[in-house]
Parts: sequence; C-alpha cells; structure tokens
Amino acid sequence: MGILIYAEVEKGKLKKDCFELASYASQIADIFSFEVHAVCFNADNPEELSNYGIKKIYNYRNKNYFNFDATIYSDYISKIFIKKFRFLILSSSSNSRYLGGILSITLNASYISNVISKFESNSSIKVIRNSFTNKAFETVEALEKNVILSIAKNSFEIIKKSFTAEIEEINFEMINPMNNVTSIEKSENKVSISDADIVVSGGRGLKGPENWHLIEDLANVLGGATACSKPVSDLGWRPHSEHVGQTGKPVSSNLYVAIGISGAIQHLAGVNASKTKLVINTDPEAPFFKAADYGIVGDAFEVVPDLINKIKEFKSLNS
Amino acid sequence: MKILVCISHVPDTTSKINFSENNTLFDNDGVQFIINPNDEFGLIRAIWFKEKMGATVDVINVGTKNTEQTLRKALAIGADKAIRINTISKCSKVVAKSISKYLELNQYDLIIAGRESIDYNGGMIPGMISALSKINFIDKCTHIEISNNNVKAVREIEGGVENISTTLPLIISSQKGLVEEKDLRIPNMRGIMMARKKKLIVIEDYGFKTSSQTIKFEKPLSKNKVTLIPSDNVDKLIELLNKEAKVI
Ligand SMILES: Cc1cc2nc3c(=O)[nH]c(=O)nc-3n(C[C@H](O)[C@H](O)[C@H](O)COP(=O)(O)OP(=O)(O)OC[C@H]3O[C@@H](n4cnc5c(N)ncnc54)[C@H](O)[C@@H]3O)c2cc1C
Ligand SMILES: Nc1ncnc2c1ncn2[C@@H]1O[C@H](COP(=O)(O)O)[C@@H](O)[C@H]1O
Repeated sequence: MGILIYAEVEKGKLKKDCFELASYASQIADIFSFEVHAVCFNADNPEELSNYGIKKIYNYRNKNYFNFDATIYSDYISKIFIKKFRFLILSSSSNSRYLGGILSITLNASYISNVISKFESNSSIKVIRNSFTNKAFETVEALEKNVILSIAKNSFEIIKKSFTAEIEEINFEMINPMNNVTSIEKSENKVSISDADIVVSGGRGLKGPENWHLIEDLANVLGGATACSKPVSDLGWRPHSEHVGQTGKPVSSNLYVAIGISGAIQHLAGVNASKTKLVINTDPEAPFFKAADYGIVGDAFEVVPDLINKIKEFKSLNS
Repeated sequence: MKILVCISHVPDTTSKINFSENNTLFDNDGVQFIINPNDEFGLIRAIWFKEKMGATVDVINVGTKNTEQTLRKALAIGADKAIRINTISKCSKVVAKSISKYLELNQYDLIIAGRESIDYNGGMIPGMISALSKINFIDKCTHIEISNNNVKAVREIEGGVENISTTLPLIISSQKGLVEEKDLRIPNMRGIMMARKKKLIVIEDYGFKTSSQTIKFEKPLSKNKVTLIPSDNVDKLIELLNKEAKVI
C-alpha cells in the first residue's frame, strides 16, 4: 500500500505544486509507514521529485503528443494506482480537477477537494476542506478504502527530504482521445491568475483603462499577475478572463493587492483564500479594509507610483 | 436535441453562513436560495439552443422537496420539464450516481452541470457523471456551438484556452463565458404562470451508498484587525510584507 501523487508537467518541466504535493504526501506517509510514488507525463527531469520524499517515479513518455486528455491520462494513472496504492494526491489545477471526478469513479475512491489539512490518525481518514466559497471549513471523512485528495493551492509548505528515486520510463500512446484539441491559445509570458503567487487587482477606483499601467507595472515588479473587479471587465477596461469573484475567477495567491476596489461581498468571495491581502483605497470606510491584513488609506495615483519605485529599490538591494 | 441541465440549489452569496445540529448541517433559516450561478450560465445557453435550434431542455436536481422552488425558477426561465430525485444528497458521488442512473433510463444529447457549486465547491460531479455514463466530457467550458452532431467548444486552461472539436453525446461543465451576463434572465410573470403548468417529476431515492460524510463545519475565526500604514510611509509597508507576511 502506498501514496501516489500526480505530478503535473508543463512543457517538460514539473510544476511548482508538484513539490507541495510531494511534501504533503511524505508527511502522511509517515503516519502509515507508506512509500510515496509519483506519476507524470513527459517530464524532462523527473528525478527532481526525489528531493521531496518521492521514492519511485513513473514517467510516461510519448514524443509526439503533449496535449492533455482527461480520459487517456486517467486510464494511465489508474494503471499505476491499482498496483499497490491507496491514496492519490492531486493539485487544484484545472487539469488535475478534470481528472479527479473521473478517477474517483474508475478507482472506486472517496474524492475530497480543496483540502487544507493532513490527517490526524490512520484509523479514519478525516481532513478539513474549504467550503462555502471559503466562508467555512468542513471536516469530511472518507468512507471508501481508496481516497483521492485534491489539495488547495498554497496550503502546504515545501519540505526537502532527499532520496535516490527509482525512475521507470514507460511508453504511452494517445489512442482515441476523448475530445480533439484543434488548437491552444496561451499568452506565453503572462502569469495566469490561478497560477500566480502574487495578484495585483484594480477596481473602478482607477477611473479608466488608460491608468492600468499602474496595475501592470506593480504586477511586473512583484512578478505577479493582473486582475480586476467585475465592473471593470463589464465596462471593457480589461478582459473577462481577469475578473475575480463569485462570478469570475477564484484567487488563492500568497499576496492579493486590491487597488480602488470597494470589497463587495461577491468580490471577496473570490479572494478569501488568498493568504495576505493588501488594500489601497481612498475611503477609510471601504468594506475591503475589514477583510484586509494591510491597508493604506490613500489615493492610488499617488501611492502606487511611490510603491512601484520603492519595491524596485528593495528588489535591487535584495537580489 | 435533448439537453439536461443539472441544477444545484445554493444559498445566495450574500447570505450569512450558519450551521445547526451541532455544526453538522447548513442552517437554512432566513437564507435565500438561488440556482447555482455556474448552472445558470449553462441553463441560459441551453435555452438559447431551444429558441434557436428547437432543443428541449430538462432540468434535474437531486434533493429534497425544498429544492422545488429552485427547479420552478428554472422552469419559469424557460426549461420544459423538471426532475427531482428525492434524496438527501450527502455526498457528490450519490448525486452523480443518481443522475447517471436517470441517464441510463432517459437519453440526452447534451448534459450540462456547473463547474462547481458555490456551497459545497466540490467541482466533482460533471467528471463523475462522465465516467459513470461513459460520455465525453469538457470541463470548464466557456463556449459551445453545435451543428448536427458536431460540437465546437472552448475549454479554459491555465493561462489560456483550448479549442476543441468533438461530437454528441457530451457533458460539459458550465461557467461564466458560455453566455454574456446581460443574457441572464429574471423570471417574468408569464414565465412564472407557464411554469405552474409544466411537469415536475419526482423519482424516489435510488438508494446509493455515501462515499464521504461531513463530520462538522466551522467558521473561520474572525480575522485580526487590518494593520493600517500611513500613505507616506510605503517603506514600512514593504518591510511588513517582507519580514512579517514573508510574501515579497
Ligand atoms: C450577482 C452578483 C454577482 C457579482 N459578482 C461579482 C464578482 O464576481 N466580482 C466582483 O468584483 N464583483 C461582483 N459583483 C459586483 C459587486 O457587487 C460590486 O459592484 C463590485 O465588486 C464593485 O467593483 P469595484 O470595487 O471595482 O467598484 P466600486 O464599488 O465602485 O468601488 C471603487 C472603489 O475605489 C475607491 N477609489 C476611488 N478613487 C480611488 C483612488 N483614486 N484611489 C484609491 N481608491 C479609490 C472607492 O473608494 C471605492 O471603494 C457582483 C454583483 C452581483 C449582484
Ligand atoms: N444535488 C444536486 N442535484 C443536481 N445537480 C447537482 C447537485 N449538486 C451539484 N450538482 C451539479 O454539479 C455541479 C458541480 O457541483 P459540485 O461538484 O458540488 O461543485 C453543480 O454546479 C450542479 O450543476
């Protein structure tokens, strides 16, 4: 019996959340005296995982095909899992969540998503998850023997623990993909809101699209993604893909910077899961201050340029 | 073309979240329930197919009698028929198995379920239905066009989109983008009157076993108060972000 993690790969590179998953899995493994193995597709350097407690890595390879297909990937993951595993650990990325529902059926597993805790004991599998759009924590018990957990982003520390991992390279074929992907459109060097550790977001307080260089420049110096409130995307100042909140995207970054956003409940629903929130707003009564960790009551047009310059200085001194 | 839209009955986001029965159940007291927003985007797209292409649109919920008000709302917006599987839905798998069982007995070309419900936030049910019913699945679908049996769709991926071509039967998980926000509809008087005459079929519990159970709910401790920094001292802010929050 053991724990299997699905380590996601993008263009040959292991994604950062793989190491979060590996660290999480190694800690549970200790409770059960299980081993942690990983399965991935087309990783160029799968051995990197051995630094985070992984003992064996199954690396599926197919030179010709790099697109993700949920049925094919879940079939190949099942093939490994049924050998000797009891837990499957996934990230919260789009592709992992796509697989989770399917695999919970093929593996007859209890599936728990948005997980933010480890287990307390090995006698019953109980974990805490985010629910009600992060307004409540729910303790859930898995009732089936096999269990799939998808881990909320940025919820666990990365812990180094080195092994010499055994790597098994396996060929795989893309036979009968579920759907035919005709093309992929990705903005190459932009960090996406759901992947970013830092998100800088602007609201109606910025007055117009011509002022968005403030948001973009701040995001650039911080190495973050840009986002906005709903009215901003409704007004066409920014693309819909940037809209954060109940009807838009959820953000679970380490730092969320809200500039000129009042903090309506529907907006907060999308940012509750972010660890640290910084709010810049002229109105000391703006509801967002109640949800914030740090706040500056001030005019964005004065504070933000100053902040950009000082962070630039700070970064050049500390790099 | 026959379309089935899965409807989850959820508390409006502005409602206060409280729990009862020793913090094991959501407290419905004084809460306004709505069609899950992700399902609503799917429902409106389905009604577009009805109006433009003559599709029929059924809605389904796995739940108790309380959810009928939400199904009636879906009928008032334009769905043709509603189905309720009378189950106290304890876990996503029971919901997915119940809907798949219904699909075994009733054929549909397109099944739509929300990307996730705003209460449970599981994001699991559409994938489960696809595996149970062996139907092609597009998660996080933001656009869909259908002609004859051929489907062109767009799936949102991290940092971009994927253009997909596939065929019916198909299940998609719906979200913002499938229709414009301005296309969302509030039931009008005529719709509400018509909805009263439409069928709401109740099917008895299929009796599937639960796969996971809620032990308890907790509300996050109220947050520490915000640390306010004077607007002329961003150096202090940078120090706090670096040393205290450790985020830069
Ligand atoms: C069903 C429903 C769903 C919704 N879903 C979402 C959602 O998903 N996401 C979302 O964001 N909203 C959503 N909304 C809308 C939400 O209720 C608010 O209307 C919206 O979030 C407000 O956007 P805002 O903060 O940018 O604008 P405003 O509320 O207009 O706030 C602008 C803020 O900028 C400040 N300001 C002005 N000038 C400056 C300056 N020079 N410097 C600094 N600050 C300044 C003001 O003090 C004010 O607080 C939804 C609403 C409904 C009814
Ligand atoms: N009790 C239910 N009855 C019918 N459909 C449901 C139910 N619960 C969830 N769904 C559907 O499944 C989607 C995803 O729900 P969830 O997996 O709970 O996040 C929802 O948006 C609905 O379309």
